[in-house]
Amino acid sequence: MQKMTEIRWHGRGGQGAKTASLLLADAAFMAGKYIQSFPEYGPERSGAPITAYNRISEERCSIHSNIYEPDYVVVVDETLLESVDVTRGLKKEGAIVINSARSSAELRPLLRGYPGRVFTIDAGTISRRHLGAYFPNTPMLAAIVAVSRCVEPEDFLKDMETSYRHKFAKKPQVIQGNLDCLAQAMKEVKE
Amino acid sequence: MSIRDRLSGNEAIATAMRQINPDVFAMFPITPSTEIPQYFAQYVADGRVDTEFITVESEHSSLSACVGAEAAGCRAVTATSSAGLSYMNEVLYCAASARLPIVLAVACRALTGPININHDYSDSMAERDSGFIQIYAENNQEAYDNYLQAHRIGETPDVRLPVMICEDGFITSHALENIELEEDEAVRAFVGEYRPENYLLKHENPLAVGPYGTSPYYMEARVAQAEAMKNAKRAILEVAADFERTFGRKYGFFEEYRMEDAEVAMVLMGSSAGTAKAAVDELRHQGEKVGLVKVRVFRPFPGEELAAAMKGCRAVAVLDKSEGFSACGGPLFAETAAACINMDARPKMIDIVYGLGGRDFTVDQAMDVFARLRRIVRTGETGPVYSHMGQRDLRKGDMPYGL
Repeated sequence: MQKMTEIRWHGRGGQGAKTASLLLADAAFMAGKYIQSFPEYGPERSGAPITAYNRISEERCSIHSNIYEPDYVVVVDETLLESVDVTRGLKKEGAIVINSARSSAELRPLLRGYPGRVFTIDAGTISRRHLGAYFPNTPMLAAIVAVSRCVEPEDFLKDMETSYRHKFAKKPQVIQGNLDCLAQAMKEVKE
Repeated sequence: MSIRDRLSGNEAIATAMRQINPDVFAMFPITPSTEIPQYFAQYVADGRVDTEFITVESEHSSLSACVGAEAAGCRAVTATSSAGLSYMNEVLYCAASARLPIVLAVACRALTGPININHDYSDSMAERDSGFIQIYAENNQEAYDNYLQAHRIGETPDVRLPVMICEDGFITSHALENIELEEDEAVRAFVGEYRPENYLLKHENPLAVGPYGTSPYYMEARVAQAEAMKNAKRAILEVAADFERTFGRKYGFFEEYRMEDAEVAMVLMGSSAGTAKAAVDELRHQGEKVGLVKVRVFRPFPGEELAAAMKGCRAVAVLDKSEGFSACGGPLFAETAAACINMDARPKMIDIVYGLGGRDFTVDQAMDVFARLRRIVRTGETGPVYSHMGQRDLRKGDMPYGL
């Protein structure tokens, strides 16, 4: 099989980690890829840790297990770093992207010795500025695209605009805020 | 022309239902099948179908409403999972014995207990003797394609049986994947209009549906129903052949994956087969003669054909994703082994119960199964015929993954 990108999302119920995983799959689909996006359901309740997954590849992937050795991990809620082993199985040549106002140097001690690249992005501030509310999943989506380049960043922004114009046909006033949110997140994500 | 899209298994099935535009959809929600009526309700609200959408108070009632509608000559559908399917149990038998070709989508989910919303086949396997045709899907594409074939199979005049279209709860029902959809007009042309020969409200020939069958009559009805299930084998292959001519995707009773010259093989169902294919590819790459058979049609059970597919195998593992508590193996094993009983050179056979209540099935586990089969061939020792795989060793204090 040709190269496949595997991504694991950690979030809390209600923060949109599953939705972000669906949107990433959508963006990759529009770029012509084969995609999988699926959640792992535990006891569903707001605030409980949840996991979602993406596989992105050039050929259809027949594997339907969870992902144990991801290329990338996205952490939508940094409080999970204390309770969940988010870097478990994460490939050392991969990377982790964390929603935090802190620097990667400050967060690294919480990552149980993970030797790979650590990226941070203050998704809360970006989302409040452009969307007026705490929707961290939109900036996190752009951040993982910028870090993994599983989709070409320019194509991604174009495809997301098409997608938002369709999705928010009845609320066109929110389209620009979302696009600005994505563009700024791609610029601000840092190692 | 196919349409390139991406849908979850539930949306794929709801899309097939929208394209077919059934007369009646009687619905009661249960995880993980709930999205099917949820999507369909939107199609009703948007005027994309003119289906009579009936919200009822239970699954017993949803299937009962379908029985009434089909008996009146309508095309009726519903969807359910787990305890919802169990609650339909009595009516499943009514539908099948009254020879009403209802199509029931099942997002397969474990039965209680402990209470669990995730995937295994304990719900659908518990209904294997209900008289429904049962067709299983590996992924969203197969769930969609199977649904498109279901009405024609069930409505075939010498079959007239209800059909369960089974997908794996969450693993397929909630996973977004690429899919090739067909045009609405092409689907409607393929499925065609439903023109039952006899029905309740046909004034020239009124009939009773579901009457009492005394001993001098009951057995004839049951034998006729058994004949209909045998006829379903022919109908399934005919509809599959026409489906392939029309849409280009090939289906049969089961899929043989790299079974040419295979010495050891796995027999299994659903999404797990996709995962196991990766193990087959890896071992074939290493020169091992391994293959798998993915059972698509469980009712009617294609026993003779399955036995023929395993001819030449020296060891076979059947993987059961439901625990039948027989103390000697799950339902897929029991039926597969029975099908092989008269083979001249039978392979050694073992049963492995796995994946209960959403326990993940991995490529590594599939590799372990093949390693065990190769050991059986090498030593000639079958070892334990019936065992479980993937459970934690509580004596060693194994914790759930991630804890």
